[in-house]
Amino acid sequence: MGTGAPPPAGPTTPHTATTRTGTGTTPSAPAQRPSRGAGRAGTGRRSARRRELVACGVLMAPFFVLLAAVFLVPVGTAVWLSLFADDRSGLGFGPPNPSFVGLRSYLAVLADPTFTAGLGRMLLFCLIYIPLLVAASLVLALLLDSGAVRLRAWAQLGLYLPHTVPGLIAAVIWLYLYTPGISPVIDLLSRGGLQVDLLGVDTVLPSLVNVVLWSNLGYNTVIFYTALRALPREVVEASVVDGAGPVRTALLVKTPQIRSAVVTVVLFSLIFTLQLFTEPMLLGQSTSMIDSRFSPSMYIFDAAFNRNSYGLAAAASVVLLACTIALSYAVTRWTNRSVGPEEER
Amino acid sequence: MSASTGHSARPSAGPSTRHPSGPPTRPSAGPRLAGRAVTNAVVAVFALYTLLPVVWLVLAAAKDTDALFSSRLLSLEGFSPWSNVVDLFATDGGVYGRWYLNTLVYAVGGAALSALVSTACGYAFSTYRFRHKEKLFGLVLAAVMVPQTVLALPLYLLASNLGVVNTFWAVFIPLLFNPFGVYLGRIFSDGYVPREVLEAARMDGSGELALYFRVAFGMLLPGAVTVFLFQLTAIWNNFFLPMVMLSDQELYPVTLGLYNWNSAATTSPEYYPVVITGSLLAVLPLIAAFLMLQRFWRSGLTAGAVK
Repeated sequence: MGTGAPPPAGPTTPHTATTRTGTGTTPSAPAQRPSRGAGRAGTGRRSARRRELVACGVLMAPFFVLLAAVFLVPVGTAVWLSLFADDRSGLGFGPPNPSFVGLRSYLAVLADPTFTAGLGRMLLFCLIYIPLLVAASLVLALLLDSGAVRLRAWAQLGLYLPHTVPGLIAAVIWLYLYTPGISPVIDLLSRGGLQVDLLGVDTVLPSLVNVVLWSNLGYNTVIFYTALRALPREVVEASVVDGAGPVRTALLVKTPQIRSAVVTVVLFSLIFTLQLFTEPMLLGQSTSMIDSRFSPSMYIFDAAFNRNSYGLAAAASVVLLACTIALSYAVTRWTNRSVGPEEER
Repeated sequence: MSASTGHSARPSAGPSTRHPSGPPTRPSAGPRLAGRAVTNAVVAVFALYTLLPVVWLVLAAAKDTDALFSSRLLSLEGFSPWSNVVDLFATDGGVYGRWYLNTLVYAVGGAALSALVSTACGYAFSTYRFRHKEKLFGLVLAAVMVPQTVLALPLYLLASNLGVVNTFWAVFIPLLFNPFGVYLGRIFSDGYVPREVLEAARMDGSGELALYFRVAFGMLLPGAVTVFLFQLTAIWNNFFLPMVMLSDQELYPVTLGLYNWNSAATTSPEYYPVVITGSLLAVLPLIAAFLMLQRFWRSGLTAGAVK
């Protein structure tokens, strides 16, 4: 590995590319607006344009069929379902009898302390996890970029390795490392006279943060490192010549310039955390501190498949979706404001 | 760390060639060495943090049950890697082999199809102009943001109406949807497919679709491999959708199977070794794919992070 990565599309944003497609082409390409009624050339252009649109449609169709079938229709169904409730007998036998209940399911979800507690828990999780993740991977990326690290390629490989481990298996590994009798860590600690319960009331959330942090630390380090490598070296070296030490260079020169990578990481970590499901489900098999409604996603699963209340589950899904959109919007707004005018968009 | 002089230490480009003039005030060697030692120590500690749990998994998978429960992983007794593997494929009538095969089909087949679909769509976004294109692309980007767990229940109900719940297709089809792949496909098309080449082929009378399949796709192949790899990991990781859709053990992917075995292990500890060995075997193909195809992974990360 090292620096031999293929040239990525880099800074060409889709927007600039669009304009390039439109202008810098030979005359046979359709102009912005083909002039109407320009004789043979005009019809030729129009048919070329039609052929292009047909090809475009053919190439896009499979994806948009999928988009409709597994994204738009489900989201619509969720909203629709959330307005109905199945008033079935408690055991779920007998014919389902959906009746329109308006926003009642939403009120029920929002008034349900187990749902709001789960949502709050995930927000707390974000507050611990995201700063830790960003700080640790930024420090690692800056250290790797400082050039002082030996065996840089190997260090990156080692750091990235956990990201290839599926979330469920990461949870299995750490669950066993948290389990007394199997875990060499707990064994060592107890020999040192320290008795810890890593799945107790106060420790279960940090333990869970650790699993997710372990999975994603290297991935985000590589993202930051790649962004740092893409910085113009002159700027960095100018500051070195100006007498800024490596720490100052790293924090005051390099870090502000990879802000957009930091924002991307925060945004995707936020979305990832809000839908946390796999890891708490697995740890929950071994500790009573994680109940079946520990996170909003677990609440949805529990409502739909244990309590058979589709209306409630759908309303919880829509609320979770709304929270995700609101938080993503807030993050982008906040960064757009702080980025200022020097960057486009 | 505080005193190391940054780039002069890059091993690839010798210390003096990079800075012909050299840093104006070279700090004394003592603190510089100390800084470098601290830097390396910090990175080494983090690397141990990321590596040791995987090392534990490898060691634990090689131990018999007694050695596992005595936490003595480093002693040489109780090594029985082969019998662990034999046990794994014998447990519950050899269902693990079935799960493994299922995961391979879901992940490799799904990721390949998904990469073709997403790359074609990304190329079309990059190449053609039409009304409301950016709005449509906005919809694709919005789909990246939507949590999978939100879609699972409605997908289950749709599948149940169509009568395909608890079938291969109920898991396979939704995993073909990869909006991030379309985003990458568009960026790669912008970068890898020169407009001039397309124009030249058009002048030669090539049809628009032939243009894509004969000319552009070859140039986009590295990008398509990147999209394939991302989706391969995503499908291999997937747990929520199979859990919702499948009740027949014969259709399970490895993740769901291991989840059930781990649940069984809380009451019957003889499942612990098979869960551990099964986890290790399930990770190996991903590690192999990652090591062999690193450069594709990296180019995808770059494209994703630059925006």
